[in-house]
Amino acid sequence: MTRETSISILIVAGLLAAAFIAQAMGETFYITLATRMAILGLAATGLNIALGLGGLVSFGHAAFFGIGGYAAGILATHAFNSEPLLFGLPGTNQMIVIWITGAIAAALVAVLIGLISLRTSGVYFIMITLAFAQMIYYFAISWPAYGGEDGLSIYVRNAFPGTNTLAPMSFFLICFALLTLGLILFALMRDSRFGAALQAGRQNETRLAAVGIGPFRVRLAAFVISAMMTALAGALFADLNRFVSPSMFSWHMSGELIVLIILGGVGRLAGPLAGAIVYVLFEFALGGITEHWQFFLGLILLAVVLFARGGVMGLLAGRARHG
Amino acid sequence: MAEPILDIRDLRKSFGALKATDGVSLDLKPGEIHALIGPNGAGKSTLIHQIAGSLQPDSGEIRFEGRDVKPLDVAARARLGMGRTFQVSSLAPEFSALRNVMLAVQARQGSSFRFFRPVMHDRRLTEPAKEALARVGLSDRADVPAAELSHGERRQLEIAIALALGAKAFLLDEPMAGMGPEGSQALTTFLDGLRAEAPILLIEHDMDAVFALADRISVLVYGRIIATGTVDEIRNHPAVREAYLGEGA
Repeated sequence: MTRETSISILIVAGLLAAAFIAQAMGETFYITLATRMAILGLAATGLNIALGLGGLVSFGHAAFFGIGGYAAGILATHAFNSEPLLFGLPGTNQMIVIWITGAIAAALVAVLIGLISLRTSGVYFIMITLAFAQMIYYFAISWPAYGGEDGLSIYVRNAFPGTNTLAPMSFFLICFALLTLGLILFALMRDSRFGAALQAGRQNETRLAAVGIGPFRVRLAAFVISAMMTALAGALFADLNRFVSPSMFSWHMSGELIVLIILGGVGRLAGPLAGAIVYVLFEFALGGITEHWQFFLGLILLAVVLFARGGVMGLLAGRARHG
Repeated sequence: MAEPILDIRDLRKSFGALKATDGVSLDLKPGEIHALIGPNGAGKSTLIHQIAGSLQPDSGEIRFEGRDVKPLDVAARARLGMGRTFQVSSLAPEFSALRNVMLAVQARQGSSFRFFRPVMHDRRLTEPAKEALARVGLSDRADVPAAELSHGERRQLEIAIALALGAKAFLLDEPMAGMGPEGSQALTTFLDGLRAEAPILLIEHDMDAVFALADRISVLVYGRIIATGTVDEIRNHPAVREAYLGEGA
C-alpha cells in the first residue's frame, strides 16, 4: 500500500472514530459537525474528479450540489403534502429514490453544460460553468412553487430502510458510507484506463490526441460522473439541514468546493475530505470567536497556495506519484 | 509498385500572404524511409501538422491507406495508424515513461472507457508497453516521470509510444534533434530496422542520418518540393545544392 493510500485511510477512519467518540460523550453536536465534514468531503470529491483528475476547473458545481438538494426538497415536500409531482407520480421520502433522482437530474444537466463548456478551456471554461450555475441560481430564486428566495423546508428528515435517520449517528453513518463509496470510486477511476486518459488530458492534451484518444468524450464522461457525486452530496446536505435554499446554487458554494480541494490537495484521494475537515473545524473554532472567520481562512488559503501547493495531503503524504 | 500508404496531392496552405505549403505532392510507400529536408522555415512542420490533422489545409488531398483523412481529427488519424513524434517532445510529464507508453497501448486496444480495473495490474497494458520501451533501450528508465527524463530519452520515449500504437506509418519530426552523436548513431541503426515494420516519413536536419537512411529524399523550399529522388540524385541535384546544401555538400 502506498503512503498516500494509508494516510487516506487514516483520515477516513479518524472521521469515523471522531463521530463515535462524540456519540460516547453524548455530544450530538459534534456528530453533526462530522456529518457536515463527510457531506462536504463527498461533494468536493465529486468535483475532484473533474478538477483534480481532469484539470477541469468547474466554477459551477454548486449547480449540481443544488440540484441534489432540490431533488430532496421537492420530492419530500410532495410526499409530505401528498400532492402528485408530475404525470401523477407521487413524491417520496425515501432517500434512495431521492439520491437516484438527484443524480440523474444532475447528470442530464451536466451533459448539457458539458457539451457546451467543454469546447472551451481555461478561463472560458471557468466562466461558462459559472454562468450556467448562476442561471440555475436565479431560476431557483424566481420559482415560487418551491419557495423562491426563501427555500424549502424538509419537515421530517427523509427515510432510509432499517434506520431512524433522525438519530444523528444513524444519519452520520449513512453519509459516511456514501463518502467511503465515493472515495473508493474515485480511487478506482483514478487508477483505471479511463483515469489514465483523463489525467493524461490534463497533463498534455496534444499527447492524448496523438495516441488516438479524443479528450472531449473522456472529459464529458468525467464531468457527468463528477456532477452526479456532487449532487448526491447535495441531497444529503438538504437532509442534514432539513432545508434547501437557492444559496446551495450560489457561486459562493462553487467557490467553497474549490477551496476545500485546494486546502486538502488537488487530485489527491483524501484531499477534499481533508480540506472539508479543516474547513469545518475552522468555521466552528474561529466562527465562535469572530464572525470574520473567513478572513483568517483566506490567510490560510494564501499560505497553502504560496507555501504548500499540495495542501494537507501534500504535507502529509508528499508529492503525488503516478506509478 | 505497391500502393502508397500515405499519398499527398497538391496540398496548399497559406497564412495570409505566406504560402507555407504551395502545391506539395508526396507519397510514402511500404518499406521505405522517405526523408523530407529543407532549410528552416521551408514549411516542414506545417506540412506534418496537416498530415497529422492539427492543421487544416486550404486545398489538396491527403490519403492514408487509400482513405481521405481530411475530415478526420488528430485522434481519429492516430487511430488509423499515424504514429507521430513531435519536434519538441510532447509527453504526459507526470506519468512515468511506462505509463506514457501504456496510454498508447490502451488507445490501440480502443478501450478508454473502463473505470475500475487498475492499469498497473493489467498485463495487457504493461507487457506491450515494456516491450516497446525495451526496443528503444529505455527499460531501465521505465519508472521515471517523463518530466525527469533527459532530452534524448524523451525523444526515445516518443518513438516507443509510436511503436506501441502499432503505427502503419511513422511521421517523425526531427527525431535526432538535440541528441548527442552516440544517440543519433543508435537511433539511425534503430530506424534502419524499423522501416520493415512500417514506412517512415522522416523530417531531419542531421544530413548524415538522412543520407544513411533515406530511400528517397524530398527537398522542401518555400513550401514547394523542388526535387524528389534517391540520395545520389539529391546530392547531385543543382537546384538542391544551390537552395539548401550549399557549396560544401
